[in-house]
Amino acid sequence: MRIFPLTPSATAEASAGSAAGRSCRCLALLILLISLCLMVGTAQAESLDADDNAAALDLLEALDVASYPAKGKAIDAIVQSDDPRARDWLSALLDGRLQRTDDGRFVVVLDNRGRDWPVEDALSGESLGEMSRRELDRIGINNALRNQLRSAIAVVDLYSADLALRRASAERLLGEVDADLAEPLAGVIEREEDRRVRARLVQALAIHRLEQGEVDAVADLQGSLHPRVRVALARAASGAIESRAASGAIESRAVMGDDSVVADAAQAALNSIEQNLRINRGLETLYFGLSLGSVLVLAAIGLAITFGVMGVINMAHGELIMLGAYTTWAMQQLLPGQPGLALILSIPAGFLVAALAGIAIERGVIQFLKGRPLETLLATFGISLILQQLVRTGISPLNRTVITPEWMSGSLVINDALSLTLNRMYVLGFTLVVFAALMLIMRRTRLGLEVRAVTQNRAMARSMGIRATRVDIMTFALGSGVAGLAGVALSQLTNVGPNLGQNYIIDSFMVVVFGGVGNLWGTLVAGLSLGVINQILEPWAGAVLAKIIVLVFIILFIQKRPRGLFPQKGRAAEG
Amino acid sequence: MYSSNFWLARPFTERSTQLFLGVLIAALVLVTILHVVVPQGHPLYVNAYTVNLLGKYLSYALLAVAVDLVWGYLGILSLGHGAFFALGGYAMGMYLMRQIGDRGVYGHPELPDFMVFLNWDSLPWYWAGFDMAWFAFIMVLLAPGLLALVFGFLAFRSRVTGVYLSIITQALTFALMLAFFRNEMGFGGNNGLTDFRDILGYNLRIDATRLGLFLATGGALAAGYVLCRAIVGSKLGRVCVATRDAEARTRFIGYRVERFQLFVFVVSAMLAGLAGALYVPQVGIINPSEFSPIFSIEIVLWVALGGRATLYGAVIGAILVNYAKTIFTGVMPDAWLFALGAMFVLVTVFLPKGVAGLLTYRYRKQRVKQPPEHDDSGTSPGNEVSA
Repeated sequence: MRIFPLTPSATAEASAGSAAGRSCRCLALLILLISLCLMVGTAQAESLDADDNAAALDLLEALDVASYPAKGKAIDAIVQSDDPRARDWLSALLDGRLQRTDDGRFVVVLDNRGRDWPVEDALSGESLGEMSRRELDRIGINNALRNQLRSAIAVVDLYSADLALRRASAERLLGEVDADLAEPLAGVIEREEDRRVRARLVQALAIHRLEQGEVDAVADLQGSLHPRVRVALARAASGAIESRAASGAIESRAVMGDDSVVADAAQAALNSIEQNLRINRGLETLYFGLSLGSVLVLAAIGLAITFGVMGVINMAHGELIMLGAYTTWAMQQLLPGQPGLALILSIPAGFLVAALAGIAIERGVIQFLKGRPLETLLATFGISLILQQLVRTGISPLNRTVITPEWMSGSLVINDALSLTLNRMYVLGFTLVVFAALMLIMRRTRLGLEVRAVTQNRAMARSMGIRATRVDIMTFALGSGVAGLAGVALSQLTNVGPNLGQNYIIDSFMVVVFGGVGNLWGTLVAGLSLGVINQILEPWAGAVLAKIIVLVFIILFIQKRPRGLFPQKGRAAEG
Repeated sequence: MYSSNFWLARPFTERSTQLFLGVLIAALVLVTILHVVVPQGHPLYVNAYTVNLLGKYLSYALLAVAVDLVWGYLGILSLGHGAFFALGGYAMGMYLMRQIGDRGVYGHPELPDFMVFLNWDSLPWYWAGFDMAWFAFIMVLLAPGLLALVFGFLAFRSRVTGVYLSIITQALTFALMLAFFRNEMGFGGNNGLTDFRDILGYNLRIDATRLGLFLATGGALAAGYVLCRAIVGSKLGRVCVATRDAEARTRFIGYRVERFQLFVFVVSAMLAGLAGALYVPQVGIINPSEFSPIFSIEIVLWVALGGRATLYGAVIGAILVNYAKTIFTGVMPDAWLFALGAMFVLVTVFLPKGVAGLLTYRYRKQRVKQPPEHDDSGTSPGNEVSA
């Protein structure tokens, strides 16, 4: 049920920019009140009867005239008609999709590409199949009408029962309010129940009031981070308001502030907003840095186990990440229509696939090259080439699309200047969970104990009854499996293609070496800090140069501390 | 033990060097004869394309020798030698670029086409002097040498060795690749330098110049090989091998290990730069992909396949792998990476001494049957491959 306002007519006229419209407002108000009275009690649900259609046809008929002012009036009439289809008509008209056929029917074009367009009847909404563009005649509009239509639609939406529509409409009104809209808007604000919509509308109104030179409007704008608010305040602060207020000669109920007072107040508000904004930008950089860092950590943490703990250089690590990402893709192919479920299932699946591949690599190649790290490096690099080419010929050299499930897309809006994308947040959380799990495994389980024993002193561990070969396999499988997990997470952030792993291998090694080999905490700290450093450098150096600077920094850092941020101490450090 | 006292002359007394130089010179002469004397259309005729291709292989071979010098005798697995190769190539490319003069697409008398395209109005300072051949040829050695000097000084002083060194050399070439991809660097960005016309006044597009470049590359390879053999056979070379096998022990004996490492590393980088400079005019282009870490690892594979710490093995490996690459990418391009990957795995697992290891294995078996009077060759390649 729509409570009918006086606003639509007011807005419509105002936006059309006609001075005469204002004098008609009383009349319009009267008509509205009458129509409101008439409509009370009549159910709108069964409004599609013959009478209604005849009236609606008249409304549309009025649009098909040559004169633009007349069209403006017709738009007003449509807004006032309270016809439930009004919004559809208006938006179709705005997009140029409201057209008339040769035989005089009004239709809405659904898709205006190609030669024949699918259309539906504007009145009944039934589909009329496809029609040739030659049979159709567009109802043209000009820029003034376009503005009028936008405000009209925004205002119609403000009365909608749909909260999302109201929010969107309030967003649109920011900075678009003019004298005619101001008054009804105050009424709408009174009635609006949603806090966010109301705050937006208050700001929208305050921008208008500020432009009229009202000092107390600044208070309403204080603390808002919206770019339009900043623009308005900046204009006020520069003294641009003065001329406008003088030439406009608009009645204002509030006290007219002195120009310099307005400018000073606006400047003060602007300063505090700018400061707030800087903090928010800092937070945003930090968030993106942490997000990038979490990706680095995730890619490197498996390597921290195979390289850091076991001392095996696995250049195919990046390809294990790639396998994890492709597992996600394959899962989504197996479960079409359920990307979320597929993603969750691919967490264990990706781990398993990569772990099995890791075991195959360990048994097939690495075990023969024990104690020859440089040869291991070369052989595993060969494996990485084979795996890449396998994917290229087996699946496709092109990138595959992995769907982001609905609950992961979108972003968490903190305020106007700061919104955190959800998928990155999930990846950050996932990284921390994986890290914690690995820490638990290494510190609290039998396997972790055995791994540490074997890496510290293989011969001693074996003589204590630990099966070193089995521990090797398990450790390598664990590290590889974690690489698979990284792939699952990365599939949500980047393109899934044969080169996915290659892009991360150098970064991963850098993170492990920077953090200190054999130290999981070091990897976490190194990854996150490298991510943040990269993000801080990016705005003034550019993405590529930032990366180069970080690489050079690490190269120099390793010269200074060859064993990384957190070098291992004691016996484990030797060898 | 040595018949000559002059260190650079010593290699000529070694059997392996004599053999290598003999084969190399014979090959150069043979190709020249088959190209120049044999009439076109004859089945034995070697066309200009093949000469060019062989010249490319020879420059790769020189690069492989440079890598073998540091990896085989010093134990430093450099995954960044492509960077030195590319720097030498860029120095040569800049010279060739300036030689184009006003014959470029935009006809600017001084600026290369890509700078005109980017609306630059003057040459950046670091392009100064590259219109002179002698300056450019010095830079071919100096640019990679200087980078190696700075990088090596820092790395060896702080005793970064083994896998760590490999990884940071890889990071070095990766960083350089990213840098050279940027247009702002003034090296032509993604497209690199190309469209060359003359070298030293000779037209690069005629067959005679190509043959000349092929022979020059062969000469450079011979000279580089002799230089490396001389270094390896000298006392300095012995210290290098000692460093490779037991770095800490060598240091404790009293050698300043990092100085030896630095010297050999810089020499190797200069050789790589020379190889790059010979490569560029024959291929006709230099772009940042030569900096890619994969290329650098591929070089190591050539050495590993041919046989580490033999020098001639590196030459064999470079030519074999690149010949295979030419064949594969022509016949079935998809299979090349499979073949390359398989080579990496098989060579490291089953053929740790490479092709040269196979050769010397046979050779030594025969020699064991003979009376042991020849057994004086302490510097014979087989003995040194013990790591």
